[in-house]
Amino acid sequence: MSAPRPLVAIAGNPNVGKTTLFNVLTGSHDRVGNYPGVTVERRAGDMPVRGHGKVELVDIPGTYSLVARTGEEQIALEALLGLDGERAPDAVIVCVDATQLVRGLYLVLQLLELGAPVVVALTMMDEAGDGAPDPAALARKIGCPVVPVVAHKKEGVQALEQAIAQRLHSTTRHEIWHWKPSPALAARLGPIQAALPEGWPRQEAMALWALMSVEPDDELTHIPPTLRAAATVPADEARQIDDEAIAARYAFLDREVAPLSAHEPDRSRTEQVDRVLIHPVAGLAVFLLLMFALFQALFAWAEPAIRLIEALFTRLGDLVRHVLPAGMLADFLAEGLIAGVGAVIVFLPQILLLFFFLGLLEDSGYMARVAYLVDRIMRMLNLHGRAFVPILSGFACAVPAIMATRTMERRRDRLLTMLVVPLTTCSARLPVYTLVIASLFPRRKLAGLFPVQGLLMVFMYAFGIGSALLAAALLSRTVKSLKARRLPFVIELPPYRLPRLKDVLHMMWERSRSFLSEAGTVIVAGSMILWLLLSFPRTPPAPPGAAPPEVAAQQDRERRSTQLRHSYAGQLGRAVEPALSPLGFDWKIGIGLIGAFAAREVFVSTMGVVYGVGGGADEENRSLRDKLRAERRPDGSPVYTPLVGLTLMIFFALSCQCMSTLAVVRRETSSLRWPAFLFTYMTVLAWLVSLGVYQGGRLLGFG
Amino acid sequence: MPSLLDVPRLQFVVVTQVGGERAFRRRIMEMGLVPGTAVRVVAVAPLGDPLTLELRSSKLSIRKREAALVTVRT
Repeated sequence: MSAPRPLVAIAGNPNVGKTTLFNVLTGSHDRVGNYPGVTVERRAGDMPVRGHGKVELVDIPGTYSLVARTGEEQIALEALLGLDGERAPDAVIVCVDATQLVRGLYLVLQLLELGAPVVVALTMMDEAGDGAPDPAALARKIGCPVVPVVAHKKEGVQALEQAIAQRLHSTTRHEIWHWKPSPALAARLGPIQAALPEGWPRQEAMALWALMSVEPDDELTHIPPTLRAAATVPADEARQIDDEAIAARYAFLDREVAPLSAHEPDRSRTEQVDRVLIHPVAGLAVFLLLMFALFQALFAWAEPAIRLIEALFTRLGDLVRHVLPAGMLADFLAEGLIAGVGAVIVFLPQILLLFFFLGLLEDSGYMARVAYLVDRIMRMLNLHGRAFVPILSGFACAVPAIMATRTMERRRDRLLTMLVVPLTTCSARLPVYTLVIASLFPRRKLAGLFPVQGLLMVFMYAFGIGSALLAAALLSRTVKSLKARRLPFVIELPPYRLPRLKDVLHMMWERSRSFLSEAGTVIVAGSMILWLLLSFPRTPPAPPGAAPPEVAAQQDRERRSTQLRHSYAGQLGRAVEPALSPLGFDWKIGIGLIGAFAAREVFVSTMGVVYGVGGGADEENRSLRDKLRAERRPDGSPVYTPLVGLTLMIFFALSCQCMSTLAVVRRETSSLRWPAFLFTYMTVLAWLVSLGVYQGGRLLGFG
Repeated sequence: MPSLLDVPRLQFVVVTQVGGERAFRRRIMEMGLVPGTAVRVVAVAPLGDPLTLELRSSKLSIRKREAALVTVRT
C-alpha cells in the first residue's frame, strides 16, 4: 500500500473565520461525517498543496483550549494529536484572529507544548487595520510560521499553502516557548507521565493536560483508570495547578506578543449595534421582532413552496396511474414510492429557510446575543440559551428544528432539546385540531365575547409549549444522561460581522444534503411500510361496469373504505382498540392514528377514506365533518362527543405521531436508543394524560 | 475585597483573584481573565442576568452568581 496522503487539520477559537478559510481552501467540496463514538461533526475536504497533490484537510470544532471536560471537547485534542484511533495530522493550521491575538495564541502555545506542527493563519487582518501585528515579528516570537490571510478575498491563501508544503517537508521545530513547571507541579507530573497510555506524545505536556482535565465528575471518554487515579488531585491543589499553567502562558503572551499589536481594534461599530441589540427595552423588542420574522418565514413563507412540491408529486403520481395499467404496480409507484419521496422533499423549504436564518444569526454574531438575552429563562428549564431558536422553530415543524440543535456544542444540551421540540404545536397538528374543533365544538361565543373554537385553538398552543417546557424541566432532573451537571456559563459575544452569503448557502446545502441522504432514506422506507399496512390485503376493484361516473365514484370510495377497514392497518386498529377505548377512541380512530405516522395531517385524509368520503378530504371537508358527527356506537350514543374531540387533540399534542421526527432524531443522535426513548415517553405520556382527560371528563358528567 | 458586582458599570478594574468552581474559573481564565487583567462590566442583560464584561478588547458574558466570585481592585 502506498503511503497515505498527508493530513492537515485546521483549528482555532470560535468566530475567527475558520469556516470561511476551510471553504476557500477546499473549494467548498467537503465530506461530513461523525467522529466515532460522539456526535461531533467531522468535516473534511481536499486541499491542493504544491508537491503533495491533494492533501486531506480536516476541520476541528472551534475551541479556546485543549483542556477538556466533556467527550465533545476532547475531540479537539484527539484529532490534533492523533490519539485513540485518530491519525496525527502532518500539519496543523491554527486560525488566530488578528484582533484577538493573545487569546488565539493561548491555544497555539498549548499545541506547541504538545509538539504539534503548527502553522498560524492570521485572520481578520482587514479588521485589525494598521493595528495588525507584523507577521514576521510574531513568527519570531512564537517560533512557528505565521501567514496573514483575508480568506474571502483569497489573500494569503497561496502563501498559506506554501507554508504548509514546507511544514510537510520538515520535521524540525524551533522551540521558543518553553515552560518550566514549579517543583511542586513537576513532582505531580512524574507519576502521571508513568500512567499515560502508550503512544501519547510529549509526556510532560500530556500529563499537564490530564491533570487539568480529569476531575471526579468530568465527562471524558477513554481515560484509563490508572491515569484517572494519578491525575485526580485535591481541589485546592487543582486550583493552584490551573493558576500556574494558565498564568504562565498568559504572562508570556502579555509580555512578548501583546506589544506587537500597535493599538486596540476599532470596535465602535459593534458598540453602536450593541447599544440597541442588548438594550433592556430596544434589545428585547428587536429580539422579539427577529424571532417573529423567523417564525413567520417557516410558518407562512415556506407554505407556497410546500404546496408546490405536494402538487408536483400528486401530479407525478397521477401521471404514473395514467400511463400504467391499474393495479398493484401503479398503486405502489404512486402511493408508495412517489408519495414517500414527496414526503421527504416537502421538508426542504423549511430546512433551507431555517438554516438560512441560522447562518445569518450565527455568522453575524447575533446568536450569542440570543443565548445571552434568554439565559435567565432557559436556565430555569435546564435548557441552553441556544435551544431557543430550535424550540421556536418546532412550532413550524419538528424536523428542521431538531436539525437546528446542532448550534449547541454539548450532546446533553442537544439531546434535551431534541426530546422536547416534538411537543411544541407543529403545523401538521393544525389540520387535526381544525377538523376536531370545527366538527365537534359549537360556534358560540363564551360570555358573548370569546369564540369557543378560537379559544380552544389558543389553548392547544399553550398546552403544547407548556408541556414542552415542563418536559424539559422534568427530563433534565430525572434521566441520567440529561441531568444538568452544572456547566460554567461563559460565552463570548463576538464582534458583529457581515455574514458571507457563500458560507451560509454552503451550510444550507450541506444540511439539506445530509437530511436527504440520511434521514430521507429512512422516511421513504417508512412511507412504503405504511403504504403496505394501509393497502394490503387487497380488495379487488369492482369490474368496470356501465355505471354512470357519479355512481362509479361513489362505489370506488366505498371500495377504498372497505379495503382500508380490512387492511393490516385496519386489523391493527382493531387489535389496539382495547388500549384506545379507555380514551374514548374506537378502532377507526386507531386506523387514523396509524396513518398519521406518515405525518400528523394524514390523520384527516385517512379518516376521509375510512368514512368513504375519499382520500382527498381535508379538514374543511363538510361531508367528513357530518360523518364524524353522525357516527354512532353500537348503543346508539355518538362516538365523537366534544370530550372525545378534546381527548383526541390532547393525544395528538403529546404523542410522537411522526416517523420523520423519529428518523431525524436517529440521524442526529446516531443511535436507535434515543428515537426509541422519544417515541416511548411521548406515547406513554399521551396515553396517560388522554386517559386522565377522558375519564376525568366523564366523571364530571361531560361526554 | 470587592467583586465584579460591587464596582460601578463601565469602570475599569483589575482582577486579583478568580474564585468559584474549577470548571468555571479554568474556562474564564483560559479566555483571558487572569489576575492582573483589566476588566469592566459594560451591560446587564434585559432580564437582570447575565452580565457582559469587556476585557482584552473582547466581550464575555457570565452570570452574576459567578461574577460575585471574581475579586478585583480599583
